Amino acid sequence: MSNPYQDDRGNKDASVTNPKPSGGFKAAPGTGHPEHNADAFLIGDNMTGGYGKGADILHSCTIAVNKGEIAVIVGPNGAGKSTGMKAVFGMLNLREGSVRLDGEDITSLTPQDRVAKGMGFVPQTSNIFTSMTVEENLEMGAFLRRDDISETMEQVYTLFPILKDKRRQAAGELSGGQRQQVAVGRALMTQPKVLMLDEPTAGVSPIVMDELFDRIIEVARTGISILMVEQNARQALEIADKGYVLVQGRNAYTDTGRALLEDPDVRKSFLGG
Amino acid sequence: MDLLNALVALLNFVIVPATAYGAQLALGALGVTLIYGILRFSNFAHGDTMAFGTMVTILFTWWFQSMGISFGPLPTALLALPFGILGCMALVLVTDRMVYRFYREQKAKPVILVIVSMGVMFVMNGLVRFIIGPDDQRFGDGERFIISARDFKAMTGLREGLAIKTSQGLTVVVAVIAVALLFWFLNRTRTGKSMRAYSDNEDLALLSGINPERVVMYTWLIVAALATVAGTLYGLDKSFKPFVYFQLLLPIFAAAIVGGLGNPLGAIAGGFVIAFSEVTITYAWKKIARYLLPDHLDPDGLVQLLSTDYKFAVSFVILLIVLLFRPTGLFKGKSV
Repeated sequence: MSNPYQDDRGNKDASVTNPKPSGGFKAAPGTGHPEHNADAFLIGDNMTGGYGKGADILHSCTIAVNKGEIAVIVGPNGAGKSTGMKAVFGMLNLREGSVRLDGEDITSLTPQDRVAKGMGFVPQTSNIFTSMTVEENLEMGAFLRRDDISETMEQVYTLFPILKDKRRQAAGELSGGQRQQVAVGRALMTQPKVLMLDEPTAGVSPIVMDELFDRIIEVARTGISILMVEQNARQALEIADKGYVLVQGRNAYTDTGRALLEDPDVRKSFLGG
Repeated sequence: MDLLNALVALLNFVIVPATAYGAQLALGALGVTLIYGILRFSNFAHGDTMAFGTMVTILFTWWFQSMGISFGPLPTALLALPFGILGCMALVLVTDRMVYRFYREQKAKPVILVIVSMGVMFVMNGLVRFIIGPDDQRFGDGERFIISARDFKAMTGLREGLAIKTSQGLTVVVAVIAVALLFWFLNRTRTGKSMRAYSDNEDLALLSGINPERVVMYTWLIVAALATVAGTLYGLDKSFKPFVYFQLLLPIFAAAIVGGLGNPLGAIAGGFVIAFSEVTITYAWKKIARYLLPDHLDPDGLVQLLSTDYKFAVSFVILLIVLLFRPTGLFKGKSV
């Protein structure tokens, strides 16, 4: 309600008005054992904050990923999974906590500056330029680079061979799975050190999902750290080096993906027994 | 022979003028569509931007003429055109800095920007009248015709003459060059692609490191160039009068919306659709009917569907029909 130029019956974003405020301040349940985050490659440390001047959505939430590893954020609807990731990427105001990349404090940088620092972000929706060809999408991903991008583009095409066949086609005409490949490819064009994926498998078929996860593992093997939010908790935790279960904006459980899958509490509450 | 005469009359009175007018509208609509695609609002000041650019061109033309500089058979205005474009670019950049940027920073709704552009329209309108006056100005010189009606008759022996004015030929040639350059720029250059990317998905463009202020600046520069070219060609073809340029807003918007707002190809198609409908509906078909129909069917009246005074009604009706049945335009554009 602060900006008279925008008021138009609310801003149609449910994430701003948290329908279930967590109420009161309690200590976070904690992870049960000490975490070693000191040398994490990217870490959102003790993040507390929310969108604009709204209520806090994250409460002392910590998310970290090591070099070349895959970290997955899972949790029930409205747990602040995407919000946690957006906080790491600088898309909301942190009232407490910090974000560090390779030991450097980047808390005050804008998302664009973080891209220049080597972070790639793939949003959940609207993550491609629909009216432009696949190749132009990749070119735009490399907009910040002034050197020769053909090699990186070739790498993306090796990773996603189908895109090479469709390079001259408008990205908006592709199937859901292919669009996600374009989106990931676009983010890879900056040669990021960390790739952040917001629900990369939302709305694609199970077969395509497995395929995408395989590709994500391949990307991680090249030394790029991966931080992703996933709805398909079970499959995602299977490939995760580290899993974060968030509940109401707090760290509920943190462990290796395998350990979380075997944890009876996590199984009972989030994985359906 | 009658058939040939009818064909020549059709070319002379309908097809040639409508093509030139269509090219002028297309250039105007391209500017409107670019602003809509990238800055996300309907720029009501576009007609007056055209008038301002043309005015600067005219002032330079008069100065050149007074110094005795001419361009041979071509109008001197062509030499003055680059200066007009520069003047217009300066005006829109200053306007953007002083007015639009403030609202952009507020992330104002498009409807607010539309009203803002109306304010800008009145200011520009006043500015042009203040500098050059509200009257008709003629600034065309050089050879008047590529083919005059008399030469054509002598050449072919037909009863009907075909006249092609230099300004008409020039309009089409310049429009083709301008459109080719624009499409080359948008599809082949890094900056052009970044403009399309920004128009497609603003947030993702930001994530890719595209600087929105740069995109906006390039857009204004291109729009200023297109507006000045369109305005000057229209002025050469007809005459320059500030109020007429303000009125041009309606057919130009109709063209952009009919083609599909935000779609450059659509703007061109829309320009020709509007121009041809306006000319065919307001043309008196009596002459052509006389050639084609048997004598006893000769029409008594002019066979004119609508008086030329009502020509804006034509674009308005087309606009309404398109908005009712195909709000995204003939080519896929954004809905209004």
